[in-house]
Amino acid sequence: MSRGGAIASTLVGLSTALGNALVSETIARKPGLLQSLDPRVKLTGLLALVLAAALSHRIGVILALWLGATVLGLLSRVSLPTLATRVWLAVLLFTGVIALPALFLTPGTPVLSSPDGKLHITEQGIVAATLLITRVETAATLTTLLALTTPWMQILKSLRSFGVPQEFVMMLNMTHRYIFVLAESASQMLESRNSRTVGILSSAAQRAIVARTAGVLMGKSIELGNDVYLAMQSRAFRGDTKLLTGFRMTSRDFLALSGFLLIAMIAIWLGRA
Amino acid sequence: MHIPDGYLSPSTCAVMYTGAGVGWYASLRRVRRTLNARLIPLISVFAAFCFIVMMFNLPLPGGTTSHAIGVSIAAIVLGPAGAILATSIALAIQALFFGDGGITTLGANCFNIAVVASLVSYACYRLIASNAPLISRRRVFASAVAGYLAINMAALFTAVEFGLQPIFFHDSQGVPLYAPYSLRVAVPAMMLGHLAVAGLAEAAITAGMVAFLQHADPALLSAASGGAAATTAAEPIRPNSLRRLWITVALLMFLAPLGILAAGTAWGEWSLSGETHYTSSSPSSALHRLASIWTAPMPAYAPPFVKSASFGYLLSAMFGVGLLLAGSLLVQKLWKRRSTAGSTP
Repeated sequence: MSRGGAIASTLVGLSTALGNALVSETIARKPGLLQSLDPRVKLTGLLALVLAAALSHRIGVILALWLGATVLGLLSRVSLPTLATRVWLAVLLFTGVIALPALFLTPGTPVLSSPDGKLHITEQGIVAATLLITRVETAATLTTLLALTTPWMQILKSLRSFGVPQEFVMMLNMTHRYIFVLAESASQMLESRNSRTVGILSSAAQRAIVARTAGVLMGKSIELGNDVYLAMQSRAFRGDTKLLTGFRMTSRDFLALSGFLLIAMIAIWLGRA
Repeated sequence: MHIPDGYLSPSTCAVMYTGAGVGWYASLRRVRRTLNARLIPLISVFAAFCFIVMMFNLPLPGGTTSHAIGVSIAAIVLGPAGAILATSIALAIQALFFGDGGITTLGANCFNIAVVASLVSYACYRLIASNAPLISRRRVFASAVAGYLAINMAALFTAVEFGLQPIFFHDSQGVPLYAPYSLRVAVPAMMLGHLAVAGLAEAAITAGMVAFLQHADPALLSAASGGAAATTAAEPIRPNSLRRLWITVALLMFLAPLGILAAGTAWGEWSLSGETHYTSSSPSSALHRLASIWTAPMPAYAPPFVKSASFGYLLSAMFGVGLLLAGSLLVQKLWKRRSTAGSTP
């Protein structure tokens, strides 16, 4: 690792992202509550709950939504350790650091003071920091559940059902495929460079390697784009895109959608200022 | 810089979706109108490339590392419309598939990172690189400045969005409901890291890639070259596009009096007496001293000798545009003189 810190950490980042994507695809194929629902219902329902968390002004209501999201995750075969490591801990570290100074910086009634009396933790500061952390945790849990329990193709088809332009959906689909191709290519380039490195590289040398790798990767990307275009053209592609959307709503889906919307509306009503 | 869900109020998110929507609509229209179906796979692959570049850690002076966002190189190679779409797609996949960045805040992230950064980067690169040959060192410098400014401008927009939250969204006890820091805290906190670290990462990766492409495949740099060939000087700008620019500037000048229709004062742009009214604290003596150093010749866009407020606005607009043009001509003249002096043996 010490031979090329930035290169090694980039390799770790790439493999972690690819690993997470594989975990998502595996969970999405498991039998579970959310997996069994129509993807349009999932997208609408979970987004309605995210919106409810964003609109709610009461910590209790947001915590109830977070608890509901966790139960929903367990019923969908998403384990607590998966949620804890992928969402809760990451959000707590990131948002916690951001929210911490709010305890001192938010003006209000002091509840705790430093011995010299210069620093005060205020009641309003505690509420502001807790509101931020709970809201972000809840929203992140809900969006991660969507990503973990829905195959990417189904999310794309749902977007098309909601009127997102065809070109956009097609580009999203193609991008998703190429991410894995390019990630593998970048990993191979960096790994081969790392394996041929002896001694400690200076920062400037590492920067040059990373920039050159990115440059080669871009060249490869453009070549790949041209190859794909030629392949599409040879299959009679003329710029018009058509996606097959074979979704059929069942009574269970309608019931689930009503449930999601009802809970979201109740949360918004209870959480109003 | 990715804003997660929960940091911005739903109404801010709606406004930011509208802003990003305008960028998406204009970009899609431009892509549909000006280019062929070849651009669809190209933008897709470039979006994937941006996604991967965001994972590249770059060591920076001082022992720290940061990652670039790749928007500047996208703007230089694909042009602003292609870059807006490619970066937005990369951000959408990050949010929807990898759960990085929010869904309600996707509009804000796309507006800041895809729309603002792409436009700033493209404009800055074109301005500095001008008609320089594709393989000139000036283009490498231009790309570094473009990358640095683009990411910092995106960070500034993000900081302002954060800083506006406690002003507009708080409960009856003054508790901030979303991002808790005011502009006074959010802007310096956000900008410090970006000016010192993230901006350098974007500058380094953009300049490194432009330098690499100059050797490997200079033709890829022609989208934002202003027509410059790999070895020769560029063609002059077409008179049609200049005429359109002049018409737009004239139209904007005549629309300047619309400013007097606005109710109240722009937030933070107060006079000393205004500050007392808005902040309920009297200005310090230091502020009084600073205020007396320079007195504007046309205070509040109202020259003292003009009675009509609308005409005063119009006159101020004309004066401002005239000053900018004079300054620009002067810089051009000095630049030309320096280039001529440098080329004569």
